[in-house]
Amino acid sequence: MSSDYEYSDDDAEYYEGMDMDEDEDIDAQDDAISEDEMEIDFSRHDRISSGKQKAYEVEYDTMPQEVVESLISKDIDHISSIFGVSNGVASLLLRYMQWNKERMVEKYMDNSIELSVKAGVSVVPPPPASSSGRVSSSRSKSSTSVATKRTTRRSAAESASRSKATPEPPTSPEYTICQICFDDEQTEMLALSCGHKFCVDCWSTFIRSKIREEGEINVGCMASDCSLIAPDSFLYSALGADKETAKRHKELIVRHYVGCNKNLKFCPYPSCINTVSCPAAASKSALSTFVPTVTCGVSDDHIFCFGCPIEGDHRPIICGVAKLWLKKCQDDSETANWIKSNTKECSKCQSTIEKNGGCNHMTCKKCKYEFCWVCMGPWSEHGTSWYNCNRYEESSGVEARDAQARSRASLERYLHYYNRWANHEQSAKLSVDLYSKTEKKMEEMQITSNLTWIEVQFAKKAVDEVFKCRMTLKWTYAMAYYLAKGNAKELFEDNQRDLEKAVEDLSELLETPIEADNIPILRQKMTDKTVYVHKRNEIMLEDTAEGFLEGRWKWNVNVEGFETTSD
Amino acid sequence: MSSISTRRLQKELKEINNDCPQGIALVKAEDFETWYLSLQVLGESVFADETFLLKFRFDNQYPISSPSVTFVVDEHFQAPLHPHVYSNGHICANILGDGWSPVLSVTSVCISLQSMLASCTKKERPEGNDRYVMFAPEDPKKVDHFSS
Ligand SMILES: [Zn+2]
Ligand SMILES: [Zn+2]
Ligand SMILES: [Zn+2]
Ligand SMILES: [Zn+2]
Repeated sequence: MSSDYEYSDDDAEYYEGMDMDEDEDIDAQDDAISEDEMEIDFSRHDRISSGKQKAYEVEYDTMPQEVVESLISKDIDHISSIFGVSNGVASLLLRYMQWNKERMVEKYMDNSIELSVKAGVSVVPPPPASSSGRVSSSRSKSSTSVATKRTTRRSAAESASRSKATPEPPTSPEYTICQICFDDEQTEMLALSCGHKFCVDCWSTFIRSKIREEGEINVGCMASDCSLIAPDSFLYSALGADKETAKRHKELIVRHYVGCNKNLKFCPYPSCINTVSCPAAASKSALSTFVPTVTCGVSDDHIFCFGCPIEGDHRPIICGVAKLWLKKCQDDSETANWIKSNTKECSKCQSTIEKNGGCNHMTCKKCKYEFCWVCMGPWSEHGTSWYNCNRYEESSGVEARDAQARSRASLERYLHYYNRWANHEQSAKLSVDLYSKTEKKMEEMQITSNLTWIEVQFAKKAVDEVFKCRMTLKWTYAMAYYLAKGNAKELFEDNQRDLEKAVEDLSELLETPIEADNIPILRQKMTDKTVYVHKRNEIMLEDTAEGFLEGRWKWNVNVEGFETTSD
Repeated sequence: MSSISTRRLQKELKEINNDCPQGIALVKAEDFETWYLSLQVLGESVFADETFLLKFRFDNQYPISSPSVTFVVDEHFQAPLHPHVYSNGHICANILGDGWSPVLSVTSVCISLQSMLASCTKKERPEGNDRYVMFAPEDPKKVDHFSS
């Protein structure tokens, strides 16, 4: 809570300083990326047009943690050899500069002291020729502006506390006992280059809590007025036998490095530590031309989008439009649920109701009960004209009524796509059940027939294919919702229909009871159908991906990276 | 074996009993989990003549992790009307969060809060007080820093 509402004079300084730094860093990153982009776009295009790569696929590499670690060491070694600093210092400098090596070199050459202080490598140098007054007010002031770097915003309270409440700096030689635990049995004292000594037990507890509980890669000196950051060697030696925490720290560093590099992304699956490198998808503009679906290499389940945080495979829809859709679903979830729960059944006989087009007049097929969709009341109370729901429109004019009809129609339209989207999502989830059913079936088949394990894999293949295609179908409904009316959309929906039909057929086939004598036929049918479904999915994905490359898709909303729509 | 927090609090208790800074008084410290201290602002201040009660809660990670500190709000005490203090007694001070250092202590927290109040010129609640109070958990240390 402290971070959100604080403000003080220090903060103003802090923000200004931060903004400048951030802008610079962003500029630097943008430069780097636009170079990449030019190279990559060409090669990707070439590979696709020469048929070496499918339009719906992207080139990428998977990297286990060791590989990223070796990239990090290379950067650290490089910096330490140029400037003759230790690896620990080089790492802190690079971390502070978000691993932008070029910017770091530039800044360090420009003013090595300033960068070292900001990065927590060294303390503020004493003011020149200012004799004995070591802890003068000027010192504590300069250290204030430096200390702000420690991810925090300083409050008025703390600035005040610094001058009054801070205990004597423990640098003073008379402290032989640790000023944190006051345990006189602690004999081993450790200090960073600032000289603030604390016992090894306090250090290790502190370091563990920072790394394990707060996920920090930078652990600062424990003294309250000190902005030094402990180099890794210090952390690991203080942690001693606690290798788990050291391991976690190394992993956090890898994550930090990966997070700072637009060409890399960490696998989002829980407890996975693999990284994917996909320079082709590193720029925003690339993301409006293809969907960078990748896997981290651990298993096919670890499939994710390199370009956005959506879990799983959201092909064929590009990241930006997928995001629009998910946002819409979230915003409209209440309305959608209300409508769904209120239109499923006739309020009189509980059977499924039928809706008369886009109007409010609902008629139950079974009991012929007629009622108003808006208020759920009997239609007889609404007079004879369509659209006239005076119980809803409190003060109605023709215009308001049209507006209502319009919003009703747009909701109707949304629900059409949403229901199909949700249905495929639901069915894909059910495929877990389907899979275990299939597995049982495969066992049965091995017993009842002469088929080998390999030969019964056709059923598993069918299930996998169904799952994959339902994911594709799901996202095609999101895409169709935003596609502008026209020829292109019609063809898109033709492909969608063909795929959907094929998937439903195969799903049905998977439910067929297995009899010993129908196995060969079933196997043949299922294998053929799987091949066909696979082909339909390829067509759906490839044609949509090509459409993105050709700029064939037009939207009925404004989408970043596309021409503004008129309607 | 006494934990680090017990040893440390024992020592702090001895020091507070020996020599407590002006305007600060120990009200209750019956265990090493919860302490109460009273706080007054000395000299000229918008809070002159007001007495506040601070509640400190320590876990066994103290002083590695910060104590949970709030102003008591009950029939006898109110939270000071200050832009860094919510009406439920939660305090918005960096030293109680990210800026905590294990060398800080109960007394140094009290002194910081004392000077925070002393430097106040306009009595008002933080922006968004009502919303914060409505959603904040009882323990300010459990407030999610990133979600609000
Ligand atoms: Zn220090
Ligand atoms: Zn200690
Ligand atoms: Zn993974
Ligand atoms: Zn994406």
